[in-house]
Order: sequence, then structure tokens, then C-alpha cells
Amino acid sequence: MIGNGAVIAADVAPVLEPLTAATGIFAWIWLLIALPLVGAIVLLTTGRWTNRFGHFIGVATVVIAAILAIAMLIEMMGRPADARAFEQTLYSWVFAGQFQVDVAFQLDQLSMVFVLLITIVGSLIHIYSIGYMAHDPDRRRFFGFLNLFVAAMLLLVLADNYLLLYVGWEGVGLASFLLIGFWQYKPSASAAAKKAFVINRVGDVGLSLAIMLMFVTFGSVTFESVFSSAGEASDSTLTWIGLLLLLAAAGKSAQFPLQAWLLDAMEGPTPVSALIHAATMVTAGVYLIVRSNAIYDRTVFAATAVVVIGVITMIIGAIIGSAKDDIKKALAGSTMSQIGYMVLAAGLGPVGYVFAIFHLLTHGVFKANLFLSAGSVMHGMNNGVDMRRFGALRAVMMITFGAFMFGYLAIIGIPPFSGFYSKDKIILAAFEVNLIAGIAAVIAAGITGFYMTRMFTMTFLGKARWDDDAHPHESPAVMTIPLIVLAIGSLGLGASLYYWGDIVEWLAPVTGYESRPIAISTTLLELITLATVLIGVAIAVLMYGRSVPIQPPQKVSVLTTAARNNLYDDATNDIVAVRPTWYAARFLVWFDNRIVDGAVNASAAFVGGASGRLRRLQNGFTRSYALVMVIGVIVVFGVLALVGLS
Amino acid sequence: MNPENYIVLAGVLFTIGAIGVMVRRNAIVVFMSVELMLNAANLAFVAFARMNGNLDGQVVAFFVMVVAAAEVVVGLAIIVTVFRSRRSASIDEPNLLKY
Amino acid sequence: MIEQIGTGEAVVFWVCAVLSVVGALGLILSRRAVHSALWLALTMISLAVLYIANAAPFLGMVQIIVYTGAVMMLFLFVLMVVGVDASDSLVETIRGQRWAAIVLGLGFGMLLTAGIANALAGVGMTGLDSANSQYGGNVEGLARLLFSDYLVAFEIVAALLIVAAVGALVLAHREKWQPKLTQRDLAIQRVRTGLHPGNQAPPGVYARHNSVDTPALLPDGSIAEQSVPEPLRVRGDLRPVDTAAITETAELAAGGAADGPVEHPVADDPGSSPGEGR
Repeated sequence: MIGNGAVIAADVAPVLEPLTAATGIFAWIWLLIALPLVGAIVLLTTGRWTNRFGHFIGVATVVIAAILAIAMLIEMMGRPADARAFEQTLYSWVFAGQFQVDVAFQLDQLSMVFVLLITIVGSLIHIYSIGYMAHDPDRRRFFGFLNLFVAAMLLLVLADNYLLLYVGWEGVGLASFLLIGFWQYKPSASAAAKKAFVINRVGDVGLSLAIMLMFVTFGSVTFESVFSSAGEASDSTLTWIGLLLLLAAAGKSAQFPLQAWLLDAMEGPTPVSALIHAATMVTAGVYLIVRSNAIYDRTVFAATAVVVIGVITMIIGAIIGSAKDDIKKALAGSTMSQIGYMVLAAGLGPVGYVFAIFHLLTHGVFKANLFLSAGSVMHGMNNGVDMRRFGALRAVMMITFGAFMFGYLAIIGIPPFSGFYSKDKIILAAFEVNLIAGIAAVIAAGITGFYMTRMFTMTFLGKARWDDDAHPHESPAVMTIPLIVLAIGSLGLGASLYYWGDIVEWLAPVTGYESRPIAISTTLLELITLATVLIGVAIAVLMYGRSVPIQPPQKVSVLTTAARNNLYDDATNDIVAVRPTWYAARFLVWFDNRIVDGAVNASAAFVGGASGRLRRLQNGFTRSYALVMVIGVIVVFGVLALVGLS
Repeated sequence: MNPENYIVLAGVLFTIGAIGVMVRRNAIVVFMSVELMLNAANLAFVAFARMNGNLDGQVVAFFVMVVAAAEVVVGLAIIVTVFRSRRSASIDEPNLLKY
Repeated sequence: MIEQIGTGEAVVFWVCAVLSVVGALGLILSRRAVHSALWLALTMISLAVLYIANAAPFLGMVQIIVYTGAVMMLFLFVLMVVGVDASDSLVETIRGQRWAAIVLGLGFGMLLTAGIANALAGVGMTGLDSANSQYGGNVEGLARLLFSDYLVAFEIVAALLIVAAVGALVLAHREKWQPKLTQRDLAIQRVRTGLHPGNQAPPGVYARHNSVDTPALLPDGSIAEQSVPEPLRVRGDLRPVDTAAITETAELAAGGAADGPVEHPVADDPGSSPGEGR
């Protein structure tokens, strides 16, 4: 096979690269973030003035940022491997006693690939959106939000400390909320936005706690000082930090058990689903784990937890994706599953970090490709998403069909498409570490083959099951050109990164790399994987190749029903979190109203009532007061007599 | 005769004055009862001065008289003012300052 | 040095004590405020005697001059302002006040006297002879104390007296908001009201019966209803008027009959109108 040991880099320990001050072109790191941020500010504050040409501003800022990023990449590639990390300090942000945080950026190999993914895929999706959102009255606002997202995501990956990363982390969360709920007049969209926001909060609490714990333990929150002194912290502290970071990653990357928001997030416009909920933002969790490799390398428990979460999500995402008739939700399930792969790889340690990022890059491209193709299909089908109403679209939208097919072949891992290289490396790495994880990864690959084939067949092949008023047509060039570019990426990115781009050696200085011997030959393993995928494909072809009922069949297996209901994640959340919280809130309201307020009100009523009666003594008659005075004098005399003033 | 007879007499006069304050409604009579109480106290002071053998008691009695004179002046002015507005010298009349 | 009380002083004490208690009781039992004031004066004079008996001649004189003279005079003066005739109702208006006051007052008095008597039992009397004679007399001794040990208190009391005097002036003063009305102003005011400006005509004028039921006649001969007291008018008890007199009056008013009063018959019955006979 192609990938068979062709390039096996030597083991590289994760080293702490010396950060060099950013000079030359790298002095413009801040501009990467500032460009889309300015775009967002302009688009969101100028109102109707920029309605006509606002989308061009939005596209221009991201494209210029992409060009700048490519220039930086070229410059970086020209430098030796140990001089590829740069830092730029803008100003001192927080200086409260010991707590010193700068607004500072760190651009190293890991950040670089993320910057490239965000800006290039972002540019393509921006361009695509010009066509996709052409008829939306709020297109300017849409581009403003997209630019805001790009700025926040770049801040996230460029930050040189956890606190600044947290700013970007919350920024992408905000942009995600705004874009999921972009059509806020749809109750489902606003509900989905709220759901995403609330579930993300759970993860964000994990991140903030992790940052606090880091500050308490290490006295600093910069990557450099945290990682250099990670070895000095106790095991339990590191484990806690690792688990809290994992919680954060699970929230942002829709990993089990915080995965419920991603499927609903498909309420947003399709470019949003492609950019935020497939290619970039949901991979922030993987970035966080890989970036924090110095912590996970030292805590087996947290790393194992990462693997377990990854495996679970990988499987349930694939199962959900297999049962959905909504093309975007099926793709969302697939995204969960693929991110599960990445998290699994990230949990494997130095064996997997590189491949997690590798798969993240290829996935970012081919999943964006798939989503944009799906968006193109919806664009031609009156925004319909039900795959049972598609079919036989190959003839009417050839470019979309071709692009989708490239993405399809990439995701199921057919050589030489890009998914093959990245996913096979993860499966291989899983087998190197743990047999069960490896087998699970192979099975998930088989399910991937099934659901992607199902999706592909139902949408483009078979008989036409269109609505009566559907007139499918190919999308305009502004949408198809990005599709073509992404399709080429789906085809060639994996091989080119692996062989020509040398991704392993590129990332190894940051993440470390090692390979371990495994029992069976890698070739055999690749064959087994491929065979499993093909079995999945065959089953799908058998089931959906000939006829697809327009109404979803009701007599289905328990597993299918469960998968259609997202494996009951909403019900689980309801039972585990929502209802207890609700009852607790009800109880607290009752407690506050009855007990707390009751005590306060009762004492107030007592004082009020008593004073209402006591004030009757103030009858206005001076002579009564004199009488009372005499009583007082008598009492004083009596007391004096009692205490014995003889 | 015992010197404390003076004191007992002072007590009796003071008591009568106190009862007068509590029972009588005419503000001027009440005032006179107060004067009676002050006079009773003065008698006690004078008697104490004699018992103790120094003049401080008499000085205090003197001060009491002066202060009582001042008090009478102001008090009667108040009574006149109240009488002017309410046409009454009853001490029960100005009873608006109540619950 | 224990001073014993002589018989003479005992007699003085008992007489004055009885008088002062009677005066005090009279004070609170009198219905009229003036009587109360007089009873109080009796008590005060008795107390002045007792002061003198207690070797306090200066206080005794001050008691008579200041208290009985000035203060009581002030009381009487205010009583005259308020109204000397007013006798108070002794009916109690606050329920239970009188009995509570008497019981409590007596209890209080008993506590007081019992306590003092108990405390003073066996205490001898030093006497003031030496203290009085130290500076040449009671007045000199008091002056010595007042202007040395009690100087500050003395000055403060002086200030208090001035403040009290000014305060009384302020309290009793009635601010005049309008200029004083002259006779001219009053006349204008009276005419402005539109009512009859002069005196009302008294009844019985121009009438044979000089009694209140005979209405007066106006210069034009008409009857002045207002001249008869209202109750009579309402009852219709107006005595009929001699019409001849009316006519004569009218003529007089017209300037016709200037040759003296007209003879007209006089009715025998004073109850009927003399004009009816004609």
C-alpha cells in the first residue's frame, strides 16, 4: 500500500522550542487577527451603508489574512526546524500582583497549520457564502459574524497563554451562538443556539477551572512556563488539569457527554455548519489537548480518559449519522465521529498527536467540501434537507456531485484520497497503544463507509424522489469554484502533506513523535481497514441502492430508533442535568419564598404588630405620660430597695 | 423633734405636687403643682444643708429657685401661646402628637 | 457637734408644716385656678418660715420675694389673661387616671418617705452655726460659695435667665402682619360691606306705645321691620301702627304740613289700632 512505512520519521521527544522574537513578516502576526476583527467591526457597526458591498469586505479581510498566512508559511519553511516558533507581545494585559498576563501571540508549527486551515478554508467558505446567502436580507450581518468568528478562532490558536486562548475560546462560542441562531425568527434556530451556548458553558467552566488550577500550581498561565514546569507538579494536580481541559475540549468539540448541541447546531446556515461546526471551531478541543501535550504526557489517567471519550464519541457519532435522513444532521454525526478519531489520537500521546492534527487538517478540508456540497444541493432543492426527497441529482448538478464524491471517497478512506492517509495513521497508532481502541477505530471506519455511502446514494443516485415544486439546478460559479478547490484538496491534501509536506517532521518539534512496533504488519492492517470500509459500503449499497421509501420506515430496529433520536442524548441530559436543576431551582424558590422571606416577613410582621399595639400608649395626654414616669420612678425605687440601698 | 421631720414634710409636699400634676387638667394648676414639687425639693436641700453643716445645699436650693423662675417664665409663655390659638388652657387639649 | 432642735422650732415646724400641707391640698383640690394660686402662696410662705427656721434666712427671703412675690404674681397675671372666672370641671376624662394617679402617688410618697426616714434614722444634725459664722453670716457664706466654687454654674444660670426672658418674649410675641387700621379704614370697610351703615332704628319710636313690639317708622312713613326683635316678628306680634301718624310723617317728609302736629283721636283700647276708629 501507498502509506506502508514510506515515511517513518525518527522518534522525536516533545521538546520545548525556544521562542524567538517575531521579526520580519512575523511582526505582522497581530494583523492576522486584526484584519477579520476590523472587518467584523465595520460590518456590524455601519448598518445599511455597507449592505451592498459588505460581503466583499468580509471576504477581502479573510483572503488577505490567508495570503499573509501563506507568506508566513513559506518564510517559516525556510527556517531550521528549531527556529520555527515565534512570539510577539503586544502589551501587558493583566497585572494584578503575581498574576501577570500579556496579550502575546505564539506562532509555531502547530499554530501555523491551524492558521492556514482557518484562513484558507475560511476564505473559500466566505466566497461560497456570497452565492449561498445572496438572497438573504441580512447577508452583511452574516459576513460580520463570520469575520468575528475567524478573528476569534485565530486568537484562539495564536494565543501564547491559556487566558488569551480563553478569550478566543469564548469568542468562537459567541460567534457560534450568533450564527446558529442567525435565522433567529425560527424558534428551532434560536433554541438550538441557546442549547449550544448552554452546553458549551459546561465545557468553558472546565477550561476556566483548569486555568485557575494552573495559576495556583505554576504561578503563570503562559504555555511556555506551564509546560516547562509541568514536571514539577504533583500527579493528581496534573490529572485534574488534564480532566478539566478534557471537559473543555468535550464541550467545544461536541464529544461525549457534551455532544448534544452539535446536531441541533445544523439549524444555522450551511456555510456556518461547514466552517464552524465541521472544519474549525469544533476542532478547537483537539487543538487544546494537543497543545497541552506536556500535561497529558505526564498523566496516564487523563490521557486514557481522552482515549475513552474519543472512542465513545467516534462510535455514537457514526451510529447517529447512519440513521439520520437530514443530510446536514447525518454530516454532523459524521463530524462527531471524525472528531472522535482526532480525540482518540490525541489521547494516545506522542504516538498520535501528529496524526490527530493531520486528520484534523484533512477532515477540515473534506468535511467543508461535503458540507458545502450539501449546501449546494439544498440551494438547488429549495433548502430541503431530507435525503429521502433527493435522489438522482447526479445528472442535474455534476460539479456538486463530483465535489461530494471526492469528499465521500476522502472520508471513507479510499486511497489515494486524503482521508486514507490521516485516518489510517490514527488506526495504526491506536493499535500501537491499545488493541480495543484499534478495533473500535476499524469498526467506526466500517460504519463511516456505511453512512457515507447511504448519504451519497440517497442524494445523488437512484430514482428522483423530488418534491413537485423542486427544480434542481447547479449552483452559480461563486459557489462551485470553492467546491472545486476543496474537492482538489480532498483528493490531494493527504498525500501531499504526508509525503511532500512532511507533516510528521513538521509538527514533531511541538508535539513530539514516536512510533511503536505492533504485532501485525501495517500493510495487513490497512487491508483489513479497507475491507471493513468496503463491507460498510456494500451493505449501504444493498440497502439503499435500489429504492428508498419517501417516508422513513417505522418498523426498524431498536438501534435505528435510538440513533434517530440521537441516542437519547436530550433525554439523558434532561434526566441527568435539566430536571435535577429544575427541581433544585423550584425547591430553592420555595425555600427563598417561604423560609427566608418567611422568617424576614414574620419578624417584620411581629415588630409591626407589636408596635401597632405599643403605640397606643402614646395617647397624647401629658398626664398619662406623667403617670408612666411615676411608675418608672417607683420601679427604680423598688429596685434600689431590693438591692439594699438602706 | 427629729430633723428628718423636715424631710418627711418635703416628701409629703412632693407627693401632693405629683398627684396634682397627674390629676389636674388646667395647665396653670399643673404648673403650680410642679412649683410645689420644686419647693418640696428645696426644703429637703435646706434641711440637708443644716444636717451636713455646710452651705452647699442652700446654694443648690438657690439655683433651683432661679432655674424654676426661668422655667416658669418660659412655661407660662407657652401656655399663653397655646391659649391664644386654642382658647383653652387645658393640658389635655394639645394631644395631636400621638399614635 | 450635734445641734438639738429646740421646742420653739418644733412649734414653728408643726404650725408651718400643717399650713403648708393644707395649702398644698388646697392647691390640688380647688376648683378655681385663682384659689389654687392663693393656696400655693400660703404653702410658699410657710416654707419660707421653715427655711428661716433651718438657718437659711437668705433663702427664706428669696422664697418670699422671688417666689411668692414675683413668680406667683406672674401666675396670677397669666390667670387673668387666660380668664379668671374659668372654673375647671373636676370630672376626670382619662379613664382610670385619677385613681391610678392617687394610688401611685401615695405609694410613691410612702416609698419616698419610708426610704428617706429609714436612711436618715439616727443621723444627727451638724447645724449651720459655724458655717454661717465663718464669713460673717448666712448671706456672706452663700455669696462666698456662689462666686467661688459655683461661679461657672452661676454664670450659666445667668445666661439661662436671659435666654428664658428672650424666649418668653419670642413665644408671647404676636407678629403684626398688616398696618394698624385707622378710623378712616374702618369706616370704608363698613360701607363696603353694603349693610346698613348706621345704628338700627330702635322700636317704639314715633309710636304711641313705647314698647318693643311697636316698629319704628322710617322717614318716608314706612315700617322698619328690622327695628322689632326677631322673635316678635316671626310670631307676628307686631303692634299695628297708627296710620295717621304714618300719613303725617309722609306729609312731613313731603314738606307739606309744617304747621305742627295734627290732632288725632286716641283709641280707648290700647290693644287696637287708633286708626281703626276713623
